[in-house]
Amino acid sequence: MANQPSTDPYPKHMREAIKKVEATRTRRMSEDFPVLSADDKASLLKKFHPDHKAGELVDIKVGPSKGEKSFKEIESVIQAYSRVDPKGFDLSKIDFDVDVLVIGGGGAGSSAALVANEAGAKVLLVTKLRLGDANTMMAQGGIQAADKSNDPPSQHFLDVMGGGHYHNFPELVKALVLDAPYVMKWLQDLGAMFDKENDGTYITIHGGGTSRKRMHAARDYSGAEIMRTLKDEVINKGIEVLEFSSAIELLKDEEGKCAGAILYNMETEEHFVCRAKTTVIATGGAGRLHVQGFPTSNHYGATADGIVLAYRAGAPFVFMDAIQYHPTGSAYPEQILGLLVTEKVRGLGAQLINIDGDQFVYPLETRDVVSSAIIRECGERSKGTKTLSDVYGIWLDSPMIELKHGKGAIKKALPAMARQYERCDIDMTKDPILIYPTQHYQNGGVKINADAESDVPNLFIAGEATGGVHGRNRLMGNSLLDILVFGRRAGKNAAARSKDTKAGKLSMNHVDTFHKELKSAGIPEDRISPALLPDYRRPETVERQKGQVPLSGRV
Amino acid sequence: MAAKTSGKAGNAAVDESPAGMVKIYIMGKQYAVPEGLTIQKALEYAGLTLLRGCGCRGGFCGACGTVYRTEGDYKLKVALACQTVVEDGMYLTQIPFYPANKAIYDIEKLTPSLESLVQAYPEFMRCVQCNTCRKVCPQDIEVMQYMATAMRGDIAKTADLSFDCIMCGLCASRCPADTVQYYVGILARRLYGKYVAPEAKHLADRLGELDTGKFDKEIDDMIKMKQEDLRKLYDTRDIEPAEETTETEAVSATEAGTDK
Ligand SMILES: Cc1cc2nc3c(=O)[nH]c(=O)nc-3n(C[C@H](O)[C@H](O)[C@H](O)COP(=O)(O)OP(=O)(O)OC[C@H]3O[C@@H](n4cnc5c(N)ncnc54)[C@H](O)[C@@H]3O)c2cc1C
Ligand code: FES
Repeated sequence: MANQPSTDPYPKHMREAIKKVEATRTRRMSEDFPVLSADDKASLLKKFHPDHKAGELVDIKVGPSKGEKSFKEIESVIQAYSRVDPKGFDLSKIDFDVDVLVIGGGGAGSSAALVANEAGAKVLLVTKLRLGDANTMMAQGGIQAADKSNDPPSQHFLDVMGGGHYHNFPELVKALVLDAPYVMKWLQDLGAMFDKENDGTYITIHGGGTSRKRMHAARDYSGAEIMRTLKDEVINKGIEVLEFSSAIELLKDEEGKCAGAILYNMETEEHFVCRAKTTVIATGGAGRLHVQGFPTSNHYGATADGIVLAYRAGAPFVFMDAIQYHPTGSAYPEQILGLLVTEKVRGLGAQLINIDGDQFVYPLETRDVVSSAIIRECGERSKGTKTLSDVYGIWLDSPMIELKHGKGAIKKALPAMARQYERCDIDMTKDPILIYPTQHYQNGGVKINADAESDVPNLFIAGEATGGVHGRNRLMGNSLLDILVFGRRAGKNAAARSKDTKAGKLSMNHVDTFHKELKSAGIPEDRISPALLPDYRRPETVERQKGQVPLSGRV
Repeated sequence: MAAKTSGKAGNAAVDESPAGMVKIYIMGKQYAVPEGLTIQKALEYAGLTLLRGCGCRGGFCGACGTVYRTEGDYKLKVALACQTVVEDGMYLTQIPFYPANKAIYDIEKLTPSLESLVQAYPEFMRCVQCNTCRKVCPQDIEVMQYMATAMRGDIAKTADLSFDCIMCGLCASRCPADTVQYYVGILARRLYGKYVAPEAKHLADRLGELDTGKFDKEIDDMIKMKQEDLRKLYDTRDIEPAEETTETEAVSATEAGTDK
């Protein structure tokens, strides 16, 4: 299927730049770029990390995290009005009545559903696209777990805390690292195929910011392997799943406890009322809001919906001013712009190279540091390589992997990557690839405790929608771990709580109150959220659609 | 606003200069789109808002399986819409869902054997080895070959060969014997992961330690530490060397050299 390159996939000026990368390769094979000192890291971050760019953060004026800041693109969905009228909506007709409602069909949601189901709860899982259309499916690099003799969980703990710049909530990190080996056992028992030696020993490598090789991978389909296995199991267990159904508002009972959600059938545009004794939000991240105009590695449905819902219901968030830009998003060619080049490429020995053929950063510093160094190299230092579309990038010297690990190593360890580039006629075993940071992960999110419960009783939250586990910077491999650790905890605790919860009378008064606050803060009333999907229409299309009445809406 | 549709083009392409544009047919209807776009982005350029047929946008989820033909050619081809660039004269149709039969099983009660596969999917033994599945696989997986290994009951080989499957279902959509290759594949992989691959001994050891609460105190002590002390501990922690080491060679936490 891969077309044979008839012409050079790289334009002439890029080919010239590649020659410099090739010229220094032999020398660089034995060259280790020094790790930055703590002070140098701090000043690099301050000056070049997009989180610190002036004018991008705006004040949150209403709600439980009033006084904090977030990025314009995120603030515009947090401080926005409901898609439904909280006063006019009829909540007396209940369409679904369950013990545990799980919102989101990624890794966190699927594991919560499985564990809650196992505990005997009646579970309904609703998800925006298909079950498994989620960031989890896209994770390539791997999952961390301290399960080898040289790697006590305390070592993992230290790496997580340092990586997150000590802002992490320690109790959450403790849960993360101590549950990790149990998660690996669960995956093994479910039959997920992680890379092993012949004797069953997991093959583990380093990731950015790890002090031990504790990255477990399933080739470079790690998330896909987890996701498709969980999905298969959710179906086998007969758990009720509604696809193309989004939660667009949470419901509460008279006591202010979370009591379900309003569901929106994305295809028929109908609303349904779901009453649930406990609710789990597992809606993932926000990449498709394109903070500061960055491209993103995220799936189509990553629009911060769950955070919006939880916030309106009274759950504060933490670190919503910390976004993770993955250092190596694809910068060339255009059709794969922003797609992820897994960190494993660096884990296996590929270096980052500027236009002069030199290294400028130790490739496995934490992600925020590497991203900042790349932004500095392409910006202030003008040492990036330009593509055709005025995008600048840095070379990731992938052929080094084959020199280090032997011919065929890339195909074996990175089949998805090799395939992605083959489709663009680029052979990454022979040529380096051009990269630039891409919006990748939401470090912050809704605040939870170690039981995965938010400040709103009976509202549990797990996965990328939460904040605190990773502080201000997540390390690779700790998110796949996070979603399973806290997804399982959320499922277990939501099921247990449902047993001693009586279904009450439903209300959306909290939304009404939030609306009033928005109005008095002067938030324009045409702001509606959750976003559900990104808007990729061209201005011309928007213009031509103006004034239209939906086809089915002519009453 | 008055529609400016130019005869055939559904998206009023008269605004754009024809240079650098290609024409595509979305389920038979012609649109003009810029060259260089993926099929997925071209559909959006044409004015569609995708709901079906778009998941990860990165080649991992299998939501965007597409069948196409180019003008003047009778051959049907397949692609992932998010990974394939438009060509002039493409007739496109997406198959975002295929009503294939997924068996329900209790993985705990199966054995890694041909019987398990046959019990779940009796029809797969009807495979006539026509190789159509291999030809339509957008991942270039040796589908027919893993069907052959599955028919021999070789779980390990089937798991290995089918590993890169993103479960788009295009194989099943063209199969004359109505087999569901991609579901046979995942069953084989789960059987392999659970029953054939040896269990990780070091993991079992670690679980034994965890069950006794061995590490709780160490971590609680770190939690109690002042931030500057924790910081010092982090900054001076030793880092396992990056060179290839096997488990037996791996250096212990205390012996490993400091920073690289
Ligand atoms: C390209 C890529 C590579 C990555 N690589 C790694 C890696 O190697 N290691 C690692 O640890 N982490 C990695 N990550 C991060 C990790 O994959 C994610 O953070 C994690 O999988 C998130 O899981 P989740 O279950 O919280 O969210 P998701 O998996 O994104 O699932 C959220 C689900 O909720 C649904 N949803 C959203 N809104 C609604 C709504 N309103 N109603 C109903 N459903 C809704 C979504 O459609 C989706 O199905 C990677 C991420 C990406 C994007
Ligand atoms: S949208 Fe997921 S594979 Fe194309």
